[in-house]
Amino acid sequence: MGLLSRAPADRLEALWKTLGIDDPAFHWLRAPETGGVMVRGRMGGTGAPFNLGEMTVTRCALRLKQGADGHAYVQGRDKAKARRAALVDALMQTDRADDLRRGLLAPLAQDMADAAASRAARAEATKVAFFTMVRGED
Amino acid sequence: MYVAVKGGERAIDNAHAWLAEERRGDPSVAELSVAQIRVQLALAVNRVMAEGSLYDPDLAALAIKQARGDLIEAIFLIRAYRTTLPRLGASRPVDTGAMRCDRRISATFKDAPGGQVLGPTFDYTHRLLDFKLAAEGELPQAETAQADPAPMPRITDYLNRDGLIQPEPAAEDTPPDLTREPLELPANRALRLQALARGDEGFVLSMAYSTQRGYGRNHPFVGELRVGAVTVEMDIPELGFAVEIGEVELTECETVNQFVGSKTEPPQFTRGYGLTFGHTERKAISMALVDRALRWQELGEDDTGAPAQDAEFVLYHADNIQASGFLEHIKLPHYVDFQSELELIRKIRAEASAAQAAADREAAE
Repeated sequence: MGLLSRAPADRLEALWKTLGIDDPAFHWLRAPETGGVMVRGRMGGTGAPFNLGEMTVTRCALRLKQGADGHAYVQGRDKAKARRAALVDALMQTDRADDLRRGLLAPLAQDMADAAASRAARAEATKVAFFTMVRGED
Repeated sequence: MYVAVKGGERAIDNAHAWLAEERRGDPSVAELSVAQIRVQLALAVNRVMAEGSLYDPDLAALAIKQARGDLIEAIFLIRAYRTTLPRLGASRPVDTGAMRCDRRISATFKDAPGGQVLGPTFDYTHRLLDFKLAAEGELPQAETAQADPAPMPRITDYLNRDGLIQPEPAAEDTPPDLTREPLELPANRALRLQALARGDEGFVLSMAYSTQRGYGRNHPFVGELRVGAVTVEMDIPELGFAVEIGEVELTECETVNQFVGSKTEPPQFTRGYGLTFGHTERKAISMALVDRALRWQELGEDDTGAPAQDAEFVLYHADNIQASGFLEHIKLPHYVDFQSELELIRKIRAEASAAQAAADREAAE
């Protein structure tokens, strides 16, 4: 669900299309709804919690005609993406799980790992290498 | 006294239509897209998210466009939108120790494990205008290096190990929320941190600066400043476990400040803490200094009468939306209020001049 919550909506939809799975029949347990989640931090990074500010989140829940339930909590306000994420979550409990893992979740995980590695490589290049100037005396 | 006055609708409609035209500006210049603002004015977007107290870069960019670049107006738009959102819950406290750092520096330890990582910073630039940016430029390209997967431990953990700094013991209390209950004094540290995190950057900066100049001095060092991505998790009741609901960019500043001690306890450094949405390090450092100044009571320090030690003064004046709301309302029609003031001053002046005339007559007689 973490991968789906952070995935760019257009990338998620494009990967879904490559799977060639028709949208399964379902009904809503909870129609897509956008709201705020209060993000908390800790004093000093490790201490007691405090409220930092909110972030937008869209959630929904659905039940496939064949029985499985799917839940989604995705960052942002995209209801279509929440629906797609919940469908994937539900289908992960069916015989489609392997296809989804291979064709959708693995590429999303790879995208995120690549993006993180690309930032980490840029950060590494800005790491300071200190050296001490040799002084004249012995 | 307030009375309803009708009229002016046509003038208001036309003013708003002209505002829209002015917002667009010269139509021969290409229109700015929300995505351009989000990506290329990212630090403005970050400030609007931090003080709007809502993490959503697309919305913040839209607000900046709508506000014609007036960031306080944009923050106002975000705050207004925020109130329309149902609250889905609260996250688990984020683990900033596991931050994927773009930037991480310590002003106290040169050889900090994990290194001094400068990241995309304005520091050490010469602050000379770069006229190349005004021309069509080549696509800039950052250097890269093989990343070191070693963790970046907290600097304060080192001091903590030797007992040299006050510990920050974990707790799981539900913190107070000033968006649900009005901010009342005395405000505990959790409430103060929330107010400072959404407070006006300029105000919090000036308060912090005043402590450096001697009004409630507390000798801060930036023990650590880190900027990067943090995963947000929330417990989902219907699932019975926590899931990742997204990722936010945060700036965290931990200051190491002058020590306190007593006859029974050896001296220890103390801490100030700043945490803000986005890459907003001036704000995070300022927040840490003001947080530390406001802790004078719990640390047994003297009240020197400094503004930054006065929780009421700081917390009730830090919010730029409250401040500008009250300030700017005085430009709206106050005709009836003013009419009564006019009548009062005319009456006093008439009485004064009558008394003066009587006195003059007496003197002449």
